[in-house]
Amino acid sequence: MTDIIDRLAFYFSFTFVQYAIIVGVLIALCSSLLGVTLVLKRFSFIGDGLSHVAFGAIAIAAAFSLTNQFIVVLPVTIISAILLLRTGQNTNIKGDAALAMISVSALGIGYLILNVFSASANLAGDVCTALFGSISILTLSTTDVWLSIVLSVLVIAVFLLFYHKIFSVTFDEDFSTATGTRAKTYNFILAIVIAVIISLAINLVGALLISALVIFPALSAMRVFRSFKSVTICSVIFSMVCAALGIVISILAGTPVGSTIVAVDIVGFAIFSLIGFIVKRG
Amino acid sequence: MPQLTCEKLTLGYEGKTVVSDLSFAVNAGEYLCIVGENGSGKSTLMKTILNLKTPISGKIVTDSGFATTEIGYMPQQTAAQKDFPASVREVVRSGCLNRVGLRPFFTRAEKQLAEDNMQKLGIDHLAKRCYRELSGGQQQRVLLARALCATRKILLLDEPAAGLDPNATAEMYEVIASLNKGGTTIIMISHDIEASVRYASHILHIGKGSSVFFGTKEDYVDRGGYGA
Repeated sequence: MTDIIDRLAFYFSFTFVQYAIIVGVLIALCSSLLGVTLVLKRFSFIGDGLSHVAFGAIAIAAAFSLTNQFIVVLPVTIISAILLLRTGQNTNIKGDAALAMISVSALGIGYLILNVFSASANLAGDVCTALFGSISILTLSTTDVWLSIVLSVLVIAVFLLFYHKIFSVTFDEDFSTATGTRAKTYNFILAIVIAVIISLAINLVGALLISALVIFPALSAMRVFRSFKSVTICSVIFSMVCAALGIVISILAGTPVGSTIVAVDIVGFAIFSLIGFIVKRG
Repeated sequence: MPQLTCEKLTLGYEGKTVVSDLSFAVNAGEYLCIVGENGSGKSTLMKTILNLKTPISGKIVTDSGFATTEIGYMPQQTAAQKDFPASVREVVRSGCLNRVGLRPFFTRAEKQLAEDNMQKLGIDHLAKRCYRELSGGQQQRVLLARALCATRKILLLDEPAAGLDPNATAEMYEVIASLNKGGTTIIMISHDIEASVRYASHILHIGKGSSVFFGTKEDYVDRGGYGA
């Protein structure tokens, strides 16, 4: 045990590890904040679709050999989010199919672009990184860290500022609109915030695993808690703890960061389901 | 001037006309029941009045009392709400949002208003309970309390007794009738023609093939209303 603690203390003396933890936990916080709303609004699939679009954007950025992929990924994801939320308004089959179409197209074209244009020597490695996240979280620059901090603070501020409206629009869009809350505006804000989170999270867990960060905390918290406030608070804490644990484990065991965090999330979900089951029975 | 006047409204969705040539007016303090078969366009009409949908043709004229800050709306329950984790208090308070503006929190007066309305509808002891775990009748009362937080002037109710047992239905109608006696204008969609005739002051019957009746309850009964 002391051995592990010594090793952890050793790792934590490196700034890149500290950066990884800070950014990881912040991303986990942001993604879980909106997770509750996304799951409840039946929008979880939009997060998934968007992450695929973000992969396509990364491919384009790589093809143009841009070092800062964020410049491409963020606007592309934001625009797609707005378009998707608009079609997702009446969650009918048509919207569903459109989303599936967009996400597979982004994946396919993204890989094609990478294959044709990329100058990288390690194509398979690049693709794997973009899809599943990578050690890249351990190679964050100070700029990346600050960018993550600033965007996270913005996301949190927007959420706190509009908390009651987000609740109302999530619970009952018709009522909100009828009584003068501009549900469309808030859906629009939500879309932008989701896009920001996904662009951030792609560094941490990669395009394919982002949905896990959004869905697991919310679903786990909903197993146990029964008010919107308690569910939101619980899912934020759940997500942050899982992310921190996941990063630490991945450092100790040498496993990929993204998939380790997702594995911890799954275990957490199982535990919360069990608690929920016992509470219901008891 | 009536609070709400609809002139030659034609309603529908996806280009299909459901109701045409609908004209009626509602004055302050009246109790209008909208009755008719399923699919006759009752909910569409209500959503159009609330500006959630645009009519195919015709116009809706409202007086200044019909602003979004003066309207209470009690929609039918949605599927999403069935597993929504929210306490009764959270749901009722969200009715106050139309007076909040950009302020990110509720004032003490608004919180008190929510408590008062819960008490009025006899659900104050449920305040901390989870909405999805309540009985159908209790859930409807929660939604009505939320609508009351939004206004005391005009209430639009879409099948407030849907899915309730006879006792809960009778109680719900009594609550609405007492609100109307207190001066609140009621516009209600109902399946239940008998109850509508008992409580309403005016009836709007939207029948098949665009046969529309609008008038006072007495006229409706005289015409043998049921078959109108």
